[in-house]
Amino acid sequence: MSFSLDAIGVVHANGQRALVGVTLAAQDGERIAVIGPSGAGKTTLLRVLGAALRPTEGAVQALGAQPWQLPAAALKKLRTRIGTVHQAPPIAPRLRVVTAVLAGRLGEWSTLRALGSLFYPSDIAGAHEALSRLAMEDRLFDRCDRLSGGQLQRVGIARALYQRPALLLADEPVSALDPTLADAAVGQLVAQSESTGATLVASLHAVDLALRWFPRIVGMRNGQVMFDLPATQVTAAMLDALYASEGGIATQRPLPAGAAMEAAFHRPDCP
Amino acid sequence: MTSNAIAQRDPHAARRLAGWLAALVIAWPMLALSEFKPWALFGSGNLAVIGGFLAGFFPPEGSPAFLAMLFKATLETLAMATAGTALALLIGAPLGFVTTRALSISRIGPGPGRVQAGIVRQAARWLLMVLRAIPEIVWALLFVRALGLGPASGVLALAITYGGMLGKVYAEILESTDTRPARALLESGSGRVVALCYGLLPNTAQELASYTVYRWECAVRASVVMGFVGAGGLGQLMDQSMKMLNGGEASSILLVFLALVLLADLLSNALRRLLA
Repeated sequence: MSFSLDAIGVVHANGQRALVGVTLAAQDGERIAVIGPSGAGKTTLLRVLGAALRPTEGAVQALGAQPWQLPAAALKKLRTRIGTVHQAPPIAPRLRVVTAVLAGRLGEWSTLRALGSLFYPSDIAGAHEALSRLAMEDRLFDRCDRLSGGQLQRVGIARALYQRPALLLADEPVSALDPTLADAAVGQLVAQSESTGATLVASLHAVDLALRWFPRIVGMRNGQVMFDLPATQVTAAMLDALYASEGGIATQRPLPAGAAMEAAFHRPDCP
Repeated sequence: MTSNAIAQRDPHAARRLAGWLAALVIAWPMLALSEFKPWALFGSGNLAVIGGFLAGFFPPEGSPAFLAMLFKATLETLAMATAGTALALLIGAPLGFVTTRALSISRIGPGPGRVQAGIVRQAARWLLMVLRAIPEIVWALLFVRALGLGPASGVLALAITYGGMLGKVYAEILESTDTRPARALLESGSGRVVALCYGLLPNTAQELASYTVYRWECAVRASVVMGFVGAGGLGQLMDQSMKMLNGGEASSILLVFLALVLLADLLSNALRRLLA
């Protein structure tokens, strides 16, 4: 079992409810795409999985541990095994690309090695390898504030690849990339999961990418899991229902879309 | 949806106006209380008094004996300011690091140890407050009694007060930059020192350096005031010159100040360029 969420609910500090009764589990090495409209709770879900956000309700288990039952040191150790590709790459602009990528293993390195690496990068070959998988190796010694949004996003992905986590989370990892690059970048995340056995959970706005690369699709809407199906069983009607806007258009949709969704929701193997 | 007429009105305008009015109402009695009457400067006789006082400042004193004394006092002041700022850095940097909320691991989640960490942060903040609440001149008066006349008491006084200021402002500079890089590092299991160096310092090094140099500049000025109470350096020299109504000497000393501030400015700019 890579992770399991049991009836997770999240209410943000401002009183806004982000997740409602989300139950989700994955085996080691599974690859899951989370799709759904903006504000559906995809980012919150990934933050809960990454032990970065403590849910208001429900129980979390990740990589064989319950993060919020752990003492501080063990929680820190658990977090080093979870890698996250953030939607907006959280990289200080003055860092060089090589340093930004090597930062992926800071949790693993001793403080001394980490500080030493600021003066002379301690694993140039490793950073080069991770970057070359995203066709960014020629920018190894450039500063991150010289990069375009798409290039920076690829540096963020390279950091997570370099980290080699057991649970790889990606929050809109390719939102700033053109379709060709986006396809290649998602392909690299999938390849990483295949070669290291890491579980991969990615939220994606591009449904075609999700269906092409991921065997399992989770559809989210209004903080709830609407369907959790093998990619081959996701129908156009389900997607229509998932992305239907809240305003007048949605209510005028023909009923079958809702009916299909109902059927998906009550799958026999899904409690 | 409410009607368009209401939607197009700024809902916060009234509150903003009230804020400005409150600021005015509070500021006016402050001016009255502080007896702020700048026109008194131009009253009959006052200008002549000021003019006479200033005229005494020319020409600056340049006799070799005085210059030798001035040189020694300048070195003493520089040493006092530099040693004081360096000690203040040793006090302020760790305390600033402790109080920076953006580097808190237990706030993520929130996780274990949050209450204890909050108490430690608050205690450090109070300590910084106590350190800087007492003016350096008071510390200097205290230490002059304990250690005798001379720059040593000035160094200690600067270290304590400026340590408190540096710690507070360091923490604020670290908080006011984009803290997401540091938070992302903490979320992937790295330590606090590492998150500081990889996540916050790259963005804030310039700011931190120029604030530190500015504090050094302030320390040069403060060491003068402390010289008046016997802590040595340019201040003590200035005190003697003023008491002897020797304006020429005073203006020479002021020129040295100008040069020192200029030096601080150059240093600050060079550091900013280096860290850019």
